[in-house]
Amino acid sequence: MFILDHLWIIIALPLLGAAINGLLGKNFSKTIVNSVAISAIALAFLSFAELVREFAQLSAGQIPVVKTYFTWITAGQFKVDFSLQVDQLTIIMLGVVTFVSLLVHIYSIGYMAHEEGYYRFFSYLNLFVFFMLTLVLAANVVLMFVGWEGVGLCSYLLIGFWFLKQSAISAGKKAFITTRLGDFGFTIGILLLFWTFKSVDFGTIFKQLVSTPPEAAVPTGILTTICLLLFTGAVGKSAQLPLYVWLPDAMEGPTPVSALIHAATMVTAGVYMIARMNPLFSRAPVAMFVVALVGALTAFYAATIGLVQTDIKKVLAYSTVSQLGYMFLGLGVGAYASGVFHLMTHAFFKGLLFLAAGSVIHAMGGDQEMPHMGGLRSKIPITFWTMFIATFAIAGIPGFAGFFSKDEILEAARASNPFLWALGLIGAGLTSFYMFRLIFLTFFGKPRYDEHKVHVHESPHSMTVPLIFLAILSTAGGWVAAPHLVGGTEYFDKFLHPVFTMYAPAATVGAEGAAEAVEAPATMLLHALTGWPVIIALAGLLLAWWFYIKSPQTPKKLADSLRAPYTLVLHKYYVDELYNAAIIRPLLWISTNVLWHVVDEGMIDGTVNGVARVARDSGRELREIQSGNARSYATWVVIGAVGVTVLMLGLWGMVR
Amino acid sequence: MSIIPISYYLVLSAILFGLGIVAFVFKRNVITLFMGIELMLNAVNLAFVAFARAHNQLDGLVFVFFVIVVAAAESAVGLAIIITVYQNRQTLNSERINLLKF
Repeated sequence: MFILDHLWIIIALPLLGAAINGLLGKNFSKTIVNSVAISAIALAFLSFAELVREFAQLSAGQIPVVKTYFTWITAGQFKVDFSLQVDQLTIIMLGVVTFVSLLVHIYSIGYMAHEEGYYRFFSYLNLFVFFMLTLVLAANVVLMFVGWEGVGLCSYLLIGFWFLKQSAISAGKKAFITTRLGDFGFTIGILLLFWTFKSVDFGTIFKQLVSTPPEAAVPTGILTTICLLLFTGAVGKSAQLPLYVWLPDAMEGPTPVSALIHAATMVTAGVYMIARMNPLFSRAPVAMFVVALVGALTAFYAATIGLVQTDIKKVLAYSTVSQLGYMFLGLGVGAYASGVFHLMTHAFFKGLLFLAAGSVIHAMGGDQEMPHMGGLRSKIPITFWTMFIATFAIAGIPGFAGFFSKDEILEAARASNPFLWALGLIGAGLTSFYMFRLIFLTFFGKPRYDEHKVHVHESPHSMTVPLIFLAILSTAGGWVAAPHLVGGTEYFDKFLHPVFTMYAPAATVGAEGAAEAVEAPATMLLHALTGWPVIIALAGLLLAWWFYIKSPQTPKKLADSLRAPYTLVLHKYYVDELYNAAIIRPLLWISTNVLWHVVDEGMIDGTVNGVARVARDSGRELREIQSGNARSYATWVVIGAVGVTVLMLGLWGMVR
Repeated sequence: MSIIPISYYLVLSAILFGLGIVAFVFKRNVITLFMGIELMLNAVNLAFVAFARAHNQLDGLVFVFFVIVVAAAESAVGLAIIITVYQNRQTLNSERINLLKF
């Protein structure tokens, strides 16, 4: 039980790696830098493997394991410990984070080989893993928030990694400020949580929810408010409507960063947080509906933008926003395990898509525009096949990881609300279409680049090996939750079951059991294979094939005939322009004309300078009194003496 | 014989003190200022003596002796300062002895 007792080791390793590279790395050779960084993550991954072994020996009553190392803050009732906890959800998240980040680190050896600031990159990347692990291991909301903000910081640093590029700097700032908006709500949510439950520990809060008798229970209104505020944080961090705008811009960062932070791990922090808070959300149906609605709308909306993007990374970015929407849809309709399952499979296939896209960009010598590509299939076969598998996974083609997770979510949504289901279903079709569009434009058809200028070449092994690993997981990863009849074990759902039922309200536990019993396995299989999601995914595939292989002139004709909607979508619904006009410009105007010129210069500077001016001016007048002329001093003495005498006589008179 | 009431002494003392103040505040010659100070001291002495007599106590008389001694010392030092100032500045006009300022 070594690692279980010393959970801190898992988060300390990446921190150590970040410190070594960050403080000393400047003078190291590239080999030393990447061996330090990768061994830190590899050791963290091995610790995780050992943790799983030890965790498997625990009995159900011992979970969650909470380890308190020291008290961090005490102020009256407010007490925050540095305490870490492990339960099934943590295990899943730890696995995803350590494994994907290990692969991304390895991939970065090749991808970043010729970049300046090599040590800086790996140091940031390790630091990110440290914060992400803190986030998932934290046993209280405040420590979780530390990780939450920390990953935001690393995201900012890595988006702006090429800090000489103006667009990268702006994108970094945009990401930081936009997520800060959500975090504002999150902070208030934490305070309200403490105010309500007098504790910030997950265990203590959840136990209170379960053990209080109904008449002493927390009003649903307060619970709903807390949940909505926490969800605001998730909206910012996980790029949902209306705060998703930073994620597409975040693609300015190096591609491994996009894969790790902006697809596989950090952006799923919001999903993890809501899954962690499921006892609260389960008791706030209104908040749940909001989560589901925002998720479904985002899933659909971002998918429509993805249809027309030409930058390969931008397509993937909008796709990420859309897939995160699915996760929230799953959480919102109460299918927590499905949401987390999609989080996991998405980490595999979207991480893979980004890394493969990075490989494509690498092959193209830095060009990210799909209209410049084409026919790359035979030139970079490993990249092509792995990306092809990932596309099958994300599109929901049966047998691949995304099929199982997305199908579970849509199934749960159908049971909950037909409207949400329809949105999700259409979004799934769009997903399939834009992903195959990406594949067909990039890898099929005739080369559209200048073959004399661009020397397309397959990436080095350090880049292709992670691709192959992720491709295997994108295929096999779904089977851990597959229903019995297709040969699966539903192991995933069963594994997570305790996390989502331990503190659940009494009513839902029974209902869930009933729902499981209703549908016979045979009909479920039939349903799954012939259901709407599969049909619509195949339709998307065929449509993309028809548009981009069969008759490549169709898209242009269609765009011409639907000029207005096409322009609207191409410009991302003018949301950036809208935010610019509605928020940024007024904010700038107020900042400049009111806060700067009036408040800062007028009131704050005015007060400070005014005090100084009064002191100076009165001093200038008063120093005239000290004339050096003894007689005038005597006059003052006399005036003073007379004053005192008059005062005394007057007082005396009053007393008498 | 009838005793002169104390108020007479006090009024005389106040008049002398007032003269001293007026001399100090309005005259310019440093010697005159000095005389004003002496006048004020002696006005106070007079008041002390008068009170001592009226209350039949020796405290006031003791104070008067102290004041006389201090005044003698003060005149000695003061006159020495005045002579030195005159040697340096060739003037006894207090308006022009005003370097001790900001």
